[in-house]
Amino acid sequence: MATSGPRASSSLTLISDAVCARCGCACDDIELVVESNRVREARNACSMGAEWFLASPEAGLPKALIGGREASLDAAVAEAGRILSEARFPLVHGLANATCEAQRVAVSIADRIGACLDTAMPLHRGLSGMAFQGVGEIHCSLGEVKNRADLVIFWGCDPGRTHPRHGERYSIGAKGLFTPLGRQSRRIAHVDLHPDSSGLNPDLFVPVEPGKDFEALWTLRALLRGHEIPAGACPGAPLEALRALAEAMKGSRFGVLFLGAGTSTAADSHMVVDAALAMALDLNRKSRFYVSPMRAGGNPAGADNVVTWQTGYPFGVHLGRGYPRFNPGEFSTEEVLSRGEADAALVVAADPASELNPAARKHLAAIGVVALDYGETETTRSARVSFMLAPYGLATPGTIYRMDDVSLPARPAVRSAYPPAEEVLRGIARAVGALP
Amino acid sequence: MTLTRIRGGTVHDPANNRDGVVMDLWFRDGLMVEGPGPGESPSRTYDASGLVVMPGGVDMHCHIAGPKVNLARKMRPEDHRDAAPVRRTPITRSGTAGSVPSTFATGYLYAGLGYTTAVDAAIPPLAARHTHEEFHDTPILDKAFLILMGNNYYALKAISEGEYERARAFAGWLLESSRAYGIKVVNPGGVEAWKSGWNNIHSLDEEVPHLPVTPRMILRGLAQASMDLGLPHPVHIHCNNLGLPGNAATTIGTMEALEGRRAHLAHIQFHSYGGEVSDQASFRSDVPRLAEWINSHPEVSVDVGQVLFGSTTSMTGDGPLGYFLHQVTGRKWTSADTEMEAGCGIVPIVYKEKSFVHALQWAIGLEWYLLVKDPWRVGMSTDHPNGASFVAYPELVALLMDRGYRRDVLNRVHPRVRERSILQDLDREYTLQEIAIISRAGPARLLGLSTKGHLGVGADADITIYNSDRDRRRMFELPRMVFKAGELVVDRGEIRAESRGLTWHVRPGYDDGVLPDIRRWFESYYTIRFRNYPVDDSCLSGGGAVSPCDGGKRNP
Repeated sequence: MATSGPRASSSLTLISDAVCARCGCACDDIELVVESNRVREARNACSMGAEWFLASPEAGLPKALIGGREASLDAAVAEAGRILSEARFPLVHGLANATCEAQRVAVSIADRIGACLDTAMPLHRGLSGMAFQGVGEIHCSLGEVKNRADLVIFWGCDPGRTHPRHGERYSIGAKGLFTPLGRQSRRIAHVDLHPDSSGLNPDLFVPVEPGKDFEALWTLRALLRGHEIPAGACPGAPLEALRALAEAMKGSRFGVLFLGAGTSTAADSHMVVDAALAMALDLNRKSRFYVSPMRAGGNPAGADNVVTWQTGYPFGVHLGRGYPRFNPGEFSTEEVLSRGEADAALVVAADPASELNPAARKHLAAIGVVALDYGETETTRSARVSFMLAPYGLATPGTIYRMDDVSLPARPAVRSAYPPAEEVLRGIARAVGALP
Repeated sequence: MTLTRIRGGTVHDPANNRDGVVMDLWFRDGLMVEGPGPGESPSRTYDASGLVVMPGGVDMHCHIAGPKVNLARKMRPEDHRDAAPVRRTPITRSGTAGSVPSTFATGYLYAGLGYTTAVDAAIPPLAARHTHEEFHDTPILDKAFLILMGNNYYALKAISEGEYERARAFAGWLLESSRAYGIKVVNPGGVEAWKSGWNNIHSLDEEVPHLPVTPRMILRGLAQASMDLGLPHPVHIHCNNLGLPGNAATTIGTMEALEGRRAHLAHIQFHSYGGEVSDQASFRSDVPRLAEWINSHPEVSVDVGQVLFGSTTSMTGDGPLGYFLHQVTGRKWTSADTEMEAGCGIVPIVYKEKSFVHALQWAIGLEWYLLVKDPWRVGMSTDHPNGASFVAYPELVALLMDRGYRRDVLNRVHPRVRERSILQDLDREYTLQEIAIISRAGPARLLGLSTKGHLGVGADADITIYNSDRDRRRMFELPRMVFKAGELVVDRGEIRAESRGLTWHVRPGYDDGVLPDIRRWFESYYTIRFRNYPVDDSCLSGGGAVSPCDGGKRNP
């Protein structure tokens, strides 16, 4: 199998318009200064992005291991194919940290072997999944926020910490068609447990107690509808602060609510999203109002899209009967493993062995696991077969979706000693007889 | 190299004036050819005696890929679950059906009905990369898409400033950058108004907020650009005021605003209503007046957007319309706006026989097929999935070919429909030849796909063979054989081969003097880099195929 990336050179090379997949912003204006096949500088990148681009590439690890011992790629692919073909209840898990091209091949494998297929996206299931299927979604691309938004609400998120360039590129200081003054053209509100620590400097701050997001949103919706709210009726957030936010929303022509990780940890997270969307629906009678998730890095939006267009469902899909069935919960990785159901797993760039609950981890350790990743993880160390991959975006081409579903072409800057995920997965696909 | 013969079929190939001619057809390397040379004999013969042979079906207006379709898939698990599953086989992928099938299922289901080409009619150029990815995973069919331009801010601005040349060059650049097939206008100006916080635009001379440009100016500008760029398909228009009582006046106004320019009016059924806008009860058909206009204006064509009863999903690039439908139905609603380019609305809908409005929409669609004299200018469509899924096409064929069946249905739907339309007075029945025109030959000609929709020498060997059956629905539901580019892809309803299919696009060229201005604009107002916007040929399904821009040269 070939390695990937541009040709070696000892002189400096400049790769412009490179795409960063570190956080969901997918900044595509990165200039990479490359010397001796190493990124020396990542211009325009934030500190998180620079760290991602400048990280030392994996070196010294074998390309493939079988039972913890170094193996040829071909032998490892054959062994992976054997494990997955012989399984009666295989699981395909991960995908969110790979290019769409690799995701497409992974789904074709799941289809062929009749696997239970789930993506590794613990956060924002509420917004991207369950609530969406219940009530829909009112969504816009980030450029609409840049050009039009006169009110931006960060709810349960502090973009300065998790998405450092979100504000300058899209939502706070970004200057656009109807927002020529950037920050002065819009009001910023922050709703969270604590005030931000990243210099967000909002016009309004509403403190919300943990687990009270639904109550706060429902109260806010009532206020927007002109209902009288008696003092003490909203235990989780100060009424006056909510009233001030409601006034700001009434005066806005184009408002956006970014929902962050802070709201999706509670068991009622989809209810929080339902409440936000119900409020957005009300507001759209007179003006525009949108609700968008602050998705994490990697390519989770790509995984959502690919799994949906190939199977009709975004995650939690079981292909064991020869066609896709959808039942999140029943067909989610953690539940399947906790019940001791799967007898083999293909893990694509995810680390369930360290992320899932103890029961799920215990069962995972007992079954044949084929793991692919960009570096060593608990999962690759304990897998029956493991592959080291060329870092996508940095060393392999491919498509990456931004948090708002806008797709971008990765521009590889360096060569890797390791193969791209797509190539390893294609090998496994051939080994299990999957269709191209 | 293999020479193949289809022997003795009854051929309906309207573009070549074959109307039920019993003859042999020959193809080699995916193309129709003359009969064998001296001493040559076919390596394979398929016996079509007693069977009906037509070119492969061509759907000129549907929604099968891209962000809007994918959001609809994601929003409607219940719709997939209620439909029969699409099972994997040794040579096919599994999938889900329902009103918005998954990609592989879309290819198989279309092919299973004898369709070999489908055009997605509404893609934001920013989503071109996504759409091409889905096309890759949509097998068998040849595909193309039209790009949304009627609310593209740069185009609207150029038109408002009277800079037609710049608008035209921009259109050329945009088509090439997205590897698209043609220009689509959806609710011109209305979507931009919606996104600006207003509600909509309702008349052809109302100005878009912020911009001194009107629907009339947008229509003229983009119709002219499509002609001047020599696009094989003229501007494809979804008029203002879709679905509102009294909108026939807007539709007539739109056609008049074109002042003789070529144009295609999409899903015209949804734009053919009389009555008062403020009064749903006044709803009535205004098709006779509109059809008369079409009959006397050969430069304009339509597809119908037929409503058929049942559950489906409404999806549109018309953002304010999505909101309107949500208000009417009370069902879940997805809205998704794309920077500088477009909007989108998705709402589940059930068309009911006993609903006056739904039944009238059904009747109005049928009136269109029956009142336009020239079938070459009426494309068969349900505006999949808006009026119904494409899998309902056989039902539509039965309604057109059998007036007895049509009357049976008319007699059981909401009774007021008989007062508000003239359907009960229409005796016309379509012939097989006319069905072949509206479902393949006509759409191919209107699209300017010169190798599609006919079986003359040089055409693509996309062929559908039907059993001759008096039950027209059964006949069109289950073709006996379907060939795509000369390969047998469907045999008695079973997929036999999974070819990739090509993505058709245009390369009209443009004055590149406009590029610095576009670039400046782009880098100010988009959120991705100019260089990351265009897609290249490596994105195209099957490597892609270019339809020439030669000023509308017609196929036979």
